Amino acid sequence: MKVIDLVQQLNLKVFTPGIELDRTVSGAYVSDLLSDVMGHAREDQVWITLQSHLNVVAIASLKDLSAVLLVKGIVPPDEVIRKAEAEGIVMLGTLEQTFDVSGKIYKMLV
Amino acid sequence: MMTLHFHIEGGNFTNAGFASSQVKKTLKQLNIDSGLIKKIVIALYEGEVNIVAHALKGEIVVEISPETITMILTDEGKGIDNIELAMKEGFSTASQKVREMGFGAGMGLPNIKKNVDQLFIESTVGVGTKLTMIKQLDHA
Repeated sequence: MKVIDLVQQLNLKVFTPGIELDRTVSGAYVSDLLSDVMGHAREDQVWITLQSHLNVVAIASLKDLSAVLLVKGIVPPDEVIRKAEAEGIVMLGTLEQTFDVSGKIYKMLV
Repeated sequence: MMTLHFHIEGGNFTNAGFASSQVKKTLKQLNIDSGLIKKIVIALYEGEVNIVAHALKGEIVVEISPETITMILTDEGKGIDNIELAMKEGFSTASQKVREMGFGAGMGLPNIKKNVDQLFIESTVGVGTKLTMIKQLDHA
């Protein structure tokens, strides 16, 4: 599965239009604790979170995550979008809450 | 032997992760095993964020030889009162503001310990902390 499949099937908002959506999605990791993501998320996973500050981009980049998905209609600040575009990190958004969107992505992955 | 130096500003989360990102790029260029790079990056990032979250300022020196990578993180700040307690998963002295960002979960030092071969912590309360992390590169 690719990021584009997630975007189309779940009707996600794309905050970083300048970046291709062709990265592979091998799984997802759900956490709002940055050290937890740093320690346990794996390459090519989508990170589902409500954190939307600059350090989220740094972690997504360091961990080679395929995208960051912000829940509950959270919109990242402009500086975060600029940094994400500079680092090649896809930032996505949904109006749904974490449990609901995670369940849908789980179904798509298994 | 290659040596990289970084200055870290305490309290400035905007650039947190810069040193880790530069070291990751360097290790990739040196064709270091990607599994090793992942572990090194986790440890260094946690150390870098600890300086930003807890210290006034700090220095990171990374020495890369064909056999080992040694990362020395020295900061000026409040130091660690009880190192044994600080090593416990879930223990943190981070501020409320830092916790709201999703840091300060008490996972930093445990994450470091899990991902390097050797970790030495020296700290003096009111002066600062020095972390030395060593990872073997030649037995991937």
